Amino acid sequence: MIHTCWERWRQGHRTISYPEGPMPELPARFRGRPVIERGDPDEAGGPGPEVCPTGAIEIGRDACAIDLGRCLFCGACETTKGPWRIRFTNDPRLAGRRRGDLRAEPGLEARLAEELDARWKRLFGRSLKLRQVSAGGCNACEADANVLTTIGWDLGRFGIQFVASPRHADGLFITGPVTENMRLALRKAWEAVPAPKIVIASGACAISGGPYAGHPETHDGCGRFVPVDLYLPGCPPHPLTVLDGLLRLLGRLEGRDPNPG
Amino acid sequence: MSAMSAGPGLPVRNARAFALKDVPRMNLAAFRDWLLTSCADGGRIAAWFVPQGKAGGEMFAALAMDEEALIEVAAAPAVDAFDAITPECPQAQAFEREIWEQRGLEPRGHPWRKPLRFPPSVPGRQAPEVGRGEFYRVEGEEVHEVAVGPIHAGVIEPGHFRFQCHGEEVLHLEISLGYQHRGAERALNVLPAGSARWMAIAETLAGDTSVGHATAACQVLEALAGREAPARAMAIRGIALELERLANHVGDLGALAGDVGYLPTASFCGRLRGDVLNLSAEICGSRFGRALVRPGGTAFDLDEKLCAALLARLGPIERDLAGAVAMLWSSPSVMARFEGAGELSRETCERLGLVGPVARACGVRRDVRHDFPSGIFRFGHIPISTWESGDVFARAYVRALEIERSFAFVRKQLEALPDGRARRVLPPLAAGMGAVSLVEGWRGEICHVGFTGETGELLAYKVVDPSFHNWFGLATALRGQAISDFPLCNKSFNLSYCGHDL
Repeated sequence: MIHTCWERWRQGHRTISYPEGPMPELPARFRGRPVIERGDPDEAGGPGPEVCPTGAIEIGRDACAIDLGRCLFCGACETTKGPWRIRFTNDPRLAGRRRGDLRAEPGLEARLAEELDARWKRLFGRSLKLRQVSAGGCNACEADANVLTTIGWDLGRFGIQFVASPRHADGLFITGPVTENMRLALRKAWEAVPAPKIVIASGACAISGGPYAGHPETHDGCGRFVPVDLYLPGCPPHPLTVLDGLLRLLGRLEGRDPNPG
Repeated sequence: MSAMSAGPGLPVRNARAFALKDVPRMNLAAFRDWLLTSCADGGRIAAWFVPQGKAGGEMFAALAMDEEALIEVAAAPAVDAFDAITPECPQAQAFEREIWEQRGLEPRGHPWRKPLRFPPSVPGRQAPEVGRGEFYRVEGEEVHEVAVGPIHAGVIEPGHFRFQCHGEEVLHLEISLGYQHRGAERALNVLPAGSARWMAIAETLAGDTSVGHATAACQVLEALAGREAPARAMAIRGIALELERLANHVGDLGALAGDVGYLPTASFCGRLRGDVLNLSAEICGSRFGRALVRPGGTAFDLDEKLCAALLARLGPIERDLAGAVAMLWSSPSVMARFEGAGELSRETCERLGLVGPVARACGVRRDVRHDFPSGIFRFGHIPISTWESGDVFARAYVRALEIERSFAFVRKQLEALPDGRARRVLPPLAAGMGAVSLVEGWRGEICHVGFTGETGELLAYKVVDPSFHNWFGLATALRGQAISDFPLCNKSFNLSYCGHDL
């Protein structure tokens, strides 16, 4: 017992101060929101958009766009040559409310997730219980959702909690491309959540099918089966991306939104 | 290494190519005899499959002879029906079910011939609905059945469990999977080998084992192309693999503590796991080691400054972890729950062909890093960690031992990273070759097999995740246990659903 207390004292308090304090520093090589800048239109010989594993990039002479809902954030497109340069910043704020908002284009300002409307915010703003459903997720999205419940992040301090039963939940937190073999279970879980309810699609698979898009064994994400209220891009989304998205949805970042670098 | 095998299979080395024409083609009786004799003599089925597509006329098997440090391969005709070896050699059970489910070959006399993954469409056959079918039942007035899943209570992957219970006691547990079936292995067979999409799928076969699976996959391609990754890349892969092991083992120890209600270790390890994941992110930007391992080497290099920064961060993590783990062994309330729970005998472990920390916790000396070293593990050795008791405690303790040794290994590699480049261009794959690639992932042996065709195209690709071997071990460990100990036993195995379902 003394040993336990000693160790507790020695290891100390480890919960991040964000969002009251600054956003935790991310590794230099972390790939967050990409930016697209002008390159050299006459440059040739380098790799093209085929370096993208999921076909998330469109490159033309006059336009370039990245679908963040398909992007795996692997950074391979940073090597493309030609009229456009793609560079990943380490800004983890990627969450969007609409599928069409998950887009990076030259000069386009990021449309970050807006908060719920007043009625929904009154219901969920201070207490949001989520049932996580993995429907073909590879356990990375699941693991980095789970990590928010550890002492480092302490999701509970925002009134957000993952619960065991869909009947105790206010919404679903879905990962995976939705396998055919999980389609029925996902529907049952969705139906079991009492209305009004929200749906969060976490990771490229849940948003677009990710690397499994187009497979007959999967359904290219959950959007075909349930109405999605919040999209969390990434493969997997960084815990900060998830936390940022959840807090934005609940309107908990008002007035303390740090300026992006 | 011992002398060449006297066995009839072709001896091959881990991650080294062999000519497909040299693989002995046996008749069914000889093939069966080879499997049975080898397995009775300490051999293990690392892979046994009928390839998809053009190579589908034959079945191939790769046997791992751990003690002799030898892999043997052989082939036999893929006929409509063959005599199952499972009744005599239980470790074959999932392989024979898979061959039946994927390719329609009937393993005659298989005692447990049930779907493994319920693929939604099987050519020429009405696919059974996932989770439907006959479950093993125990009859009796006081016997009751508990069904759990596919969706479980926690933030974890789906699968269906059926318990046959008498009061609290579990008489039998049947595990029915397939909910995570994404067509991953099928895609690896049809996509261009080593392409961006192919690698993205290799890294998400089991997303918590990205480095392990990506390394196994790249080793196959590098063997088939006849060009090894540079020494520096091997070291970086080894560091990333051990960081992956550290993160998951630390997480497992925390979760085990949580499952017996011992919150200090659960809390500390939950944070420390994240600290280790952040080291992986320093290397390649991804906490899960994504986009690091690529054909021909690694996509990221480490400079001296980064090596020093990583070394500086290892120390505090190691110290905090040692404190958190020591508390487990000195807490009687924890030890009372860990000891004797979910026991597996060494004999059962060997008969079921279990791998990884689960096998080592039964006293079995089995570790790819030691038995079939590839890459950096040929130069930097990691001692095998074993314990004898086969229970939850042993599975926790083996993880703790492995944590210590992985820290030491990572430190040693970071201190003396080989010079040179981290990546070389991979030449085209050679025609008519095969390669078996084994990697000791944190759950155990990962096996990838690749064959090339006449023009050097990838003809066939096979993935065997360690969980493919070990799920049956969990079912067996539960017999005679209290059902209330299931979460604890399950966590002590911590198997992959998507790695199994592919």
